[in-house]
Amino acid sequence: MTEPPLRAIEVRGLRRVYRVKPPVVALDGIDLDVAPGELFGLLGPNGAGKTTLIKILTTLLLPSAGTARVFGFDVERETKQIRRIMNMVAGGEQSGYGILVVHEQLWMFSQFYGLSNRDGRRRVDELIEAVGLEKQRDQRVSTLSTGERQKMNLARGLLNDPWILFLDEPTLGLDVSAARSMRELILAWKAAVPGRTVLLTTHYMAEADQLCERIAIVDHGRILAIGTPAELKRLVQRESIFRMELDRLEGGALALARLPGVVSASAASAADDAADRQVVVMNLVLEADSVLGDVVGALAVRGSHIIGLRKSEPTLEDVFVELVGRGFEEADEQDGSDPGGPIDGRTSSDAARPSHQVGEPTGDGVA
Amino acid sequence: MATPLDLVGRSGPGPREAAQWSAGQVLLTDLRAIRGRAYPRWRGLFREKSWVFFEILLPFLGTSAFVFVYRALQAPIEYVGFVVLGGAMTAFWLNVIWMMANQLYWEKTQGNLELYFAAPMHFMSILFGMAVGGIVLSSSRAVVVITVASLLYGVRFAVEEWATLATVFFLTLTALYGLGMVLASLFLVWGREAWHMGQLLTEPVYFVSGLNFPVARLGFLGALSVALIPLATGLDAMRQLAFAGADFPIGTLSPLVEVGILVVMSLASILAARWMLVAMERRARRDGRLTVRWR
Repeated sequence: MTEPPLRAIEVRGLRRVYRVKPPVVALDGIDLDVAPGELFGLLGPNGAGKTTLIKILTTLLLPSAGTARVFGFDVERETKQIRRIMNMVAGGEQSGYGILVVHEQLWMFSQFYGLSNRDGRRRVDELIEAVGLEKQRDQRVSTLSTGERQKMNLARGLLNDPWILFLDEPTLGLDVSAARSMRELILAWKAAVPGRTVLLTTHYMAEADQLCERIAIVDHGRILAIGTPAELKRLVQRESIFRMELDRLEGGALALARLPGVVSASAASAADDAADRQVVVMNLVLEADSVLGDVVGALAVRGSHIIGLRKSEPTLEDVFVELVGRGFEEADEQDGSDPGGPIDGRTSSDAARPSHQVGEPTGDGVA
Repeated sequence: MATPLDLVGRSGPGPREAAQWSAGQVLLTDLRAIRGRAYPRWRGLFREKSWVFFEILLPFLGTSAFVFVYRALQAPIEYVGFVVLGGAMTAFWLNVIWMMANQLYWEKTQGNLELYFAAPMHFMSILFGMAVGGIVLSSSRAVVVITVASLLYGVRFAVEEWATLATVFFLTLTALYGLGMVLASLFLVWGREAWHMGQLLTEPVYFVSGLNFPVARLGFLGALSVALIPLATGLDAMRQLAFAGADFPIGTLSPLVEVGILVVMSLASILAARWMLVAMERRARRDGRLTVRWR
């Protein structure tokens, strides 16, 4: 009999209720599998339950019901084993002591992870170089900018060379450049050794799209859908949508709309300022990409020249709206939650939607 | 950004194997964690010079006030020494109540607490590290207070049993910081109330510990203090040992008995701290009290 494959994260029926008045259901029966080597994203608005899930997986919080395992170790009973192979970094983290300088702070944490003095110092210097903090090496932690601080936090999270890294909104509050640096580093670190796993929470759609191999969309403590970004987008993309620019369109769009496989076609005149001329912008909704060839053929017969063609892809925002019934910012506003604040006082009673499971866990496996 | 690939690409055993540590690895990690947590306090000694004003000069003024009162009352010269000794030990008590007991609440608000708990060492290492760092920090202050006050007010110590005095001092600190560990565990659950509790405890302990007078003068209350409060027991014994030639009774119990009490207190407080820490961690994980942010 073959053993089931080892999961980096295995969550079954996980539920967490905060005992306040009224009780808050932060997680409401979550099932989740993350394969070793995967970069998995939890995407959801503030108060969705992402951080609660991370806190349970990092052994900081006990589940109210259900089970959770990290590389096979139970989060309730095998905390020591989990703590030896994982690390965590949160956005806006202010950990450590402002009185220390950057390399001292990192060295201090290296001691908590059990590195020898020599190994700790070497590792600190390596990571300082890796995250690009050489100039800040001897600078007091209290004087670092937000971006520098977060780079240092990430370096701290890599000190023990974890097998699984939990990142809770790692680019929160960072400017575009710092956020990009952070994302590049995360990808590079993960790619360096097969089996390194990252669980990332974010409520930045583009970040999840760019970084994550698979994503779970979470709201009101429930997973609404799981899949690769492309798979999730396909949930809402039932037709192919194209935007076409033409020099002219004889016979109007109506004639094209009669072609087999064309769902709709609409056209409008627009100014092409760069070329100082008028163009026709046509929006096409097709049953499949393959219909496009027929449309192009029909246009050629009518003597139209195609100036530009772009396929419109749905975004994760579209997926979220489709699944949740409201936009991301709207969800944040409705919930009135504050990323740095306490409980947001919601229950999951209105979130009883079916889950969508798209595809299986991916990953490059453990060496 | 520099390329990180060449430096973070260490190879090693898989996650299941990497999670199995030998007893030696566990012990070494705990010892290193003690060193790591003591480090910021050691650095602070040299980096934050403001302590000279706030933690030496200001308390020294309080000590001086008692010195002048005793002089005005024409109390025996030993009383000046009692006050100076008490003033030196004040540094340790303040350190225990504010930088041990209350520290975990601050660590929680900073986000350190969750990182400590998520790290592989036993949390007692953090408490030991805080204690070691605190002892180093406070010892330097105590030495300055004793030296300056002795020179300024002409205190003459009459020590006959140096070894016993050193033992009492060591045991007093062990019991005192053990108490600090117990309080730290308790305060972890009390959270914000711990701050008020710290303030509530400060002055009464000053009084019943006899920081500015021999606790024997409190009669039954003094004896009770010696039996229950490490600082009172330690000070009582240290005064008897440091001013051996006094021609009036100083202590409540004999120093040797007090050594025994301190040994029991040290062991009990450290064991209690360890037990409470495990219990409190479990409770804090259940109630979600290890972190500030709930989402």
